[in-house]
Amino acid sequence: MGMAIAHIMASCMGGIRTAGDLVAWMQMTRKMKINDAKAYVAKKLGIDVFDLTNEEIMRELRKDLGLGTVTSIAGGPKGIRAKMKIAELLDIKIRSVELFKAQMGL
Amino acid sequence: MSNQILTRMGDGERLWMDVEDVMEDIQDGCADAAKRMGIPALSQEDQKKLFDILAEPSRIVSVNPGEEVIVSDDGTTMSFYSGQDGGGVGTPLSRQQAVLTYERACGADTTSLGHSDYSYKPVKSIINFEANDYYNISQATTAPFFYGAQPNMGLYFQPDGPCPNAAELMPLGKIEEARRAQEQACEYLTDDLVFVGSKLADVGLEGLNFDTSGSAGDADFLAALNGVERLKAKYPDLPILMGGAGEFILGMHGELTYDDKRIAGMYTIDQVKAVEKAGADIYGMAVNTSTTESVPWNLARAVTFLKATTDAATIPVHANVGMGVCGIPMMEQPPIDCVTRVSKALVQIGKADGL
Repeated sequence: MGMAIAHIMASCMGGIRTAGDLVAWMQMTRKMKINDAKAYVAKKLGIDVFDLTNEEIMRELRKDLGLGTVTSIAGGPKGIRAKMKIAELLDIKIRSVELFKAQMGL
Repeated sequence: MSNQILTRMGDGERLWMDVEDVMEDIQDGCADAAKRMGIPALSQEDQKKLFDILAEPSRIVSVNPGEEVIVSDDGTTMSFYSGQDGGGVGTPLSRQQAVLTYERACGADTTSLGHSDYSYKPVKSIINFEANDYYNISQATTAPFFYGAQPNMGLYFQPDGPCPNAAELMPLGKIEEARRAQEQACEYLTDDLVFVGSKLADVGLEGLNFDTSGSAGDADFLAALNGVERLKAKYPDLPILMGGAGEFILGMHGELTYDDKRIAGMYTIDQVKAVEKAGADIYGMAVNTSTTESVPWNLARAVTFLKATTDAATIPVHANVGMGVCGIPMMEQPPIDCVTRVSKALVQIGKADGL
C-alpha cells in the first residue's frame, strides 16, 4: 500500500483532485499517449496543459462543470452523475454511463 | 559532493556505493538491456540524468511539475483489506470502501476491483458475485474503475486443472505431450478470459486488466492476446489494459506464434506490437528485478527497455512498478526512497505514459 502511495506522490496526476481521471479516460478510450491525452483534456477544459495538475485551477473547474470534487460537497455530482458530465465534456463513451443512460431511458 | 551514494540492492538491502560504482552499474545495466533487445544503450546525457536522480540526497524524489503521468493500478485497492500474501495492510474495509478511499483519499488516477486469488479461473465460478460488486461500486466511483486479474495459465494444469501438467511432462522428455497440454490450457484460458470479461462488460465494465500475462510462458501470453481479440470483436468500446510478466516471454512451448511471429523470447518492443495488434488500449511493461544487482543497475536496465518500447509503441505504455519489477526492489515493503526514484526515472527518462 505504501508503495502505491509513494508512486502517487512521486508521479501521479492526482486523480479527481486535479485532472488525472480525465486524462486516464483518454488513454483508455482513445489509446492516446500521455502528451496527446493531456493536450486533448486541456483543450476541452480551456486551460493550459501545465494547469491540469494544478489543484487551484482544477478544483474550481471540476466544481463548476460538475465533474466531481475530491472533497465531498452535499448536492454536488459524484460517481455515475459526475461520469455522465465527464463523458459529455470529453466526447467519449464511458460504458457504465451508457448502461445507466439506457436504464434511465436517456 | 560526497563520494558515496545511499542506495539499495535489488533485494532491498541498503548500502552506500561509491560514485564510480554507481556510474559503472548504470552503464552495465543499460548495456545489458541494449544487448538483449538489440537497441542502443541510453545516451550519456540520459545516464547522467539517471545518476542525478539516484544521487539526489533527499529521502524521496518526484517528477517535475507538468511531467506527471497516469498511475493505474493492478488490485491496489485490495491491499487495503487483504493480508501479507497480497501486500495488504489488513484494515477492516469493504471492497467499496477501499476503492473509494483509494480514489478520494489517495488521489489515484484509476481504481480497480479484483478477486483475492487475482486469477481469472477462480473468478469464473463466482462471476455473478463479482459482477454485482463491480456494478454497485461503479455507480459510486468517479475515476476510471478497472476489473483486474491475471490469466495465470498454471491453474489449468493437473492437479489444479484439467490439462496434463506440462512442467511434469517436460523433464520426462515428453515434449510434444507437454506442448499439446499447453495448447489445450491456452484454449481453456482464452475461453475463461472471454467469459469473465463478457459478464463484466454486460454490467457496464469501464476497463479490464489482463495483468502479468505470460507468467506461465508463451501459451499464457497467447491466451491473453486471443482473449483481447475476441473481447474487442464483441465489445469494441471495452478498454483493455494488457500487461506482461517480464522483459521477455518464456518459451515453455516454444513454437507458438501470433501474427506470424514467434511468441517465445519476445522482448518488450515485440510484446507491445503484439498487444497493439490484438487491439488492447494500454500495454503494461514489466522488467524483472535482479536481487543480486544494485538498484542503479536494475533501474538503468528497466529505463533502457522502457524508452525503446515507448518509442516503438503507438498505444500508451504503463511501466509496471510493483514489488520486484522495473527496478523496484524484490521485497514485501519496497522502500520509498527507491520507489520514488524508480518512479521519477521511468517517467522522465523512460518516457512512460503511465505507471
